[in-house]
Amino acid sequence: MKLLVPVKRVLDYNVKVRVKADQSGVDLANVKMSMNPFDEIAVEEATRLKEKGIATEVVAVSIGPAQARDTIVTALTIGADRGILIQTDQDVEPLAVAKLLKAVIEQEQPDLVIMGKQAIDGDNNATGQILATLLDWPQATFASKVVIVDGEAQVTREVDGGLQTIGVKLPAVITTDLRLNEPRYASLPNIMKAKKKPLDVKTVADYGVDVTPRLKVVKVTEPAKRQAGIKVADAAELVANLKTAGVL
Amino acid sequence: MSVLVIADHDGTHLRDTTHKTVTAAQGLGGDIDILVYGDRVAAVAAQAAAIAGVRKVITAESAELKQELAEAVSALVAGLAAGYDAVAVPASSAGKNFAPRVAALLDVSLLSDVIEVVDGNTFVRPIYAGNALETVQTSEAKKVLTVRTTAFKAAGEGGSAAIESTPAPAASAKVRFISEEKVVSDRPELGAAKIIVSGGRALGSAEEFQAVLDPLAAKLGAAVGASRAAVDAGYAPNDYQVGQTGKVVAPDLYIAIGISGAIQHLAGMKDSKVIVAINKDPEAPIFSVADYGLVGDYKTVLPELMKALG
Repeated sequence: MKLLVPVKRVLDYNVKVRVKADQSGVDLANVKMSMNPFDEIAVEEATRLKEKGIATEVVAVSIGPAQARDTIVTALTIGADRGILIQTDQDVEPLAVAKLLKAVIEQEQPDLVIMGKQAIDGDNNATGQILATLLDWPQATFASKVVIVDGEAQVTREVDGGLQTIGVKLPAVITTDLRLNEPRYASLPNIMKAKKKPLDVKTVADYGVDVTPRLKVVKVTEPAKRQAGIKVADAAELVANLKTAGVL
Repeated sequence: MSVLVIADHDGTHLRDTTHKTVTAAQGLGGDIDILVYGDRVAAVAAQAAAIAGVRKVITAESAELKQELAEAVSALVAGLAAGYDAVAVPASSAGKNFAPRVAALLDVSLLSDVIEVVDGNTFVRPIYAGNALETVQTSEAKKVLTVRTTAFKAAGEGGSAAIESTPAPAASAKVRFISEEKVVSDRPELGAAKIIVSGGRALGSAEEFQAVLDPLAAKLGAAVGASRAAVDAGYAPNDYQVGQTGKVVAPDLYIAIGISGAIQHLAGMKDSKVIVAINKDPEAPIFSVADYGLVGDYKTVLPELMKALG
């Protein structure tokens, strides 16, 4: 069974987000970039399926600037076998990302796509669902457990108020939630090995997909800053204040 | 202009997220219809018909719709979308599951997690877990948006819309419902709670986490949350995690106990109406966003707090 795992290079989740003064976006110059945490969980899950003998090959795909190569190498370090970078400096919207992935999938013919439920930059939580729709494959989003049985993925999903388990016939698209697994730390031998794994670089034009943005970003602004409030001396004063504020 | 709002309900009661989505839809202008899907939804449909300003309520019933299978719901909504200029979906886990499919079926861009409708084509949405706000303009003929309902007031009651039914789409053979486990708890869900009591690594152990937070949460009728540090240390289950990679919450009252306030935690709770921080380190970053800060050891503060709450 062949697995495809899309991975995105994003601002590291521990870095403070700074909005550019000209309101054109978030400042990504000279800051630490990392693999989207949910994608890391996806690569880990794919690697575990390979280690269990269920999957035979894991292909990592990234769409982004030249530096997204590092993100693919991270995937190769965790356990992916080879990588495809579709290099572009444009900000590609979820619909166009899904169309590019669909084109890759038509060439690669994987049995299963595992990807993060959302990227922590755009927070759209959409690409996996859009991809499944375009492929007419079933989807299992927000996965906290994945079991493969007889050509079906049985996926436990995190939904409001609890868990839901569904069975999706392969090929299918699964998106990961936080509880699915804890990604491993990179070991030095695996870092060395990753550097020798194949990594193809492609362009958007290779796939004939129109990635022109559909949405115009008018501005990106900082949310209203919270003012630090007051310090209270003790619990009684706290409760009195909360009652005045009308929240108790 | 006409907008189709998708109802959020538990089978018996319409959730107020529906009323809030109606308010967001009113920002687009035009007539508003509500779709109630599920199984035996007559009672919920009647509640939807009572929302002020609603033109019509449409019901659709089938097993797959009750199970909220995304394939079934998106086929239904995309089919109905032909008659509307926009579809507005509450950004619940179900809404997030099917709304992108509706957009894909219509070949339009999804507007995700909208917090403000500026005009019929312009929307504000949080990015980077709310650390930045993006104003986007769309020129799509049809708009599909999910609505972060905490950002909108609930529409009032007093309507008496007509109710009609539409057939459910055929079931997909590629997906089947196996089971569900809904947490049976007297406590509200983290995402819908008006009060959240949240604990950090300072609590030191899973036993202490429970012993400290459970009585307080029970007293306040609050949901329990945790920082990533507390989750990583094994003090609280993963689904308690509030933060950029966990749940983003905006309750009326958020009480952070022994949480230092890492960036990624603040990203998940800083839109709460009132924030209380209890921490023994006066320099903890959590105090910079707290409306009320109490510097002290939770071990002495919490018993006093329980007493003060009566």
